Amino acid sequence: MSGGKEIKGKIGSIKNTQKITSAMEMVAASKMKKAQQRMASSRPYALNMRSVIGRLANANLEYRHPYMEEREIKAVGYIVISTDRGLCGGLNTNEFKAVVKEAREWQGKDVKVHFSALGSKACGFFDRFGGKVMAAESGLGDNPSVSDIIGPVKVMLNAFDEGEIDRLYLVFNNFVNTMTQEPRIDQLLPLPKSDEDEYKHSWDYLYEPDPRPILDRLLVRFIESQVYQGVVENLASEQASRMVAMKAATDNAGNLIDDLQLVYNKARQAAITQEISEIVSGAAAV
Amino acid sequence: MAAMTVHLDVVSAEENLFSGRVETIQVTGSEGELGIYPGHAPLLTTLKPGMVRLVKQHGHEELIYIAGGVLEVQPGTVTVMADVAIRADDLDEQAALEAKKRAEEHIADPSSDLNYAEAAAELAEAIAQLRLIKSLRRK
Repeated sequence: MSGGKEIKGKIGSIKNTQKITSAMEMVAASKMKKAQQRMASSRPYALNMRSVIGRLANANLEYRHPYMEEREIKAVGYIVISTDRGLCGGLNTNEFKAVVKEAREWQGKDVKVHFSALGSKACGFFDRFGGKVMAAESGLGDNPSVSDIIGPVKVMLNAFDEGEIDRLYLVFNNFVNTMTQEPRIDQLLPLPKSDEDEYKHSWDYLYEPDPRPILDRLLVRFIESQVYQGVVENLASEQASRMVAMKAATDNAGNLIDDLQLVYNKARQAAITQEISEIVSGAAAV
Repeated sequence: MAAMTVHLDVVSAEENLFSGRVETIQVTGSEGELGIYPGHAPLLTTLKPGMVRLVKQHGHEELIYIAGGVLEVQPGTVTVMADVAIRADDLDEQAALEAKKRAEEHIADPSSDLNYAEAAAELAEAIAQLRLIKSLRRK
């Protein structure tokens, strides 16, 4: 059994760690509220945009935009949104696992896989993973703006236009509730079709003024809104996940302290008992 | 028989302004004013700064200001995706007047570094807001 002083030192250091984790938990909790609000307020736009695009993809348009054509798949692109910082449980790991699983499937079919990484964790991971990282952006902070994400998105759209990739996916952590966040992989290009049967027959929109400028504007807006929504969802997921992870860490530190306190008490008691028995046996000998 | 209705969503990047059934909608399209009734043919158009006037079931009227966006019409649903949208009651007349003045000055002053198209767009937004405030007052 180690000496009392060493155990005391250990308890002190764990107490310090516990202070840090409980502070991080509280910070994450307050940030999560803000992130959740931002996510909830921009969600309807993204959802409506998605359903409009779903109907659009089913229509028989007089102007076929390249984003609508299904092509033979030789290469796929993934825009992966991750956090900038660690200490948020298995959030990033689970997400990357899902991406890697899909990437392996594509590679098995001789399809190349390219990545665009948003967030420093994704940048680091996909550099090591192999495959081509076409764009990387990190340090979005707690208040991401649409202009921050335009860069990496533009790179992927250009790659799609030039035929370097034939399909584009968006990966982020979907915020279900505070306890649950799940990685989600959404198809961005070619435009995902809506499943509603109503729109399966052949029809087209009336356009004012011309289809081309409207569609160009709408499709770019669609991609931007989806990626932005992904970023804010991921941010809310990050804070929620960090809050839970730090709460668990604080609780674990508490348990550890209790155990060590017990060991310390026993060691102290043993030392006292030994001292007494030494005195008693010493007195008996006299 | 109750009047025919169509489902309308008005959303902006910041919030969901309206979602529900309406009897008719009036918007400012890039080619002119549009009135939409239930059963309209599929339509896709861009919107100019202006107001969305909607008549809810039983004739209740509501006005929303939007600064451009996209309108999608399906026989059963209408979606307005606005860049920026403000409920008419929340509009600030003073701010709109100032914005209008500022934009006019910029247009009149060729030496300023603001480009003309931007100033013109700003002016159009301010004028649309003011018109909406006026029409609100008349009621």
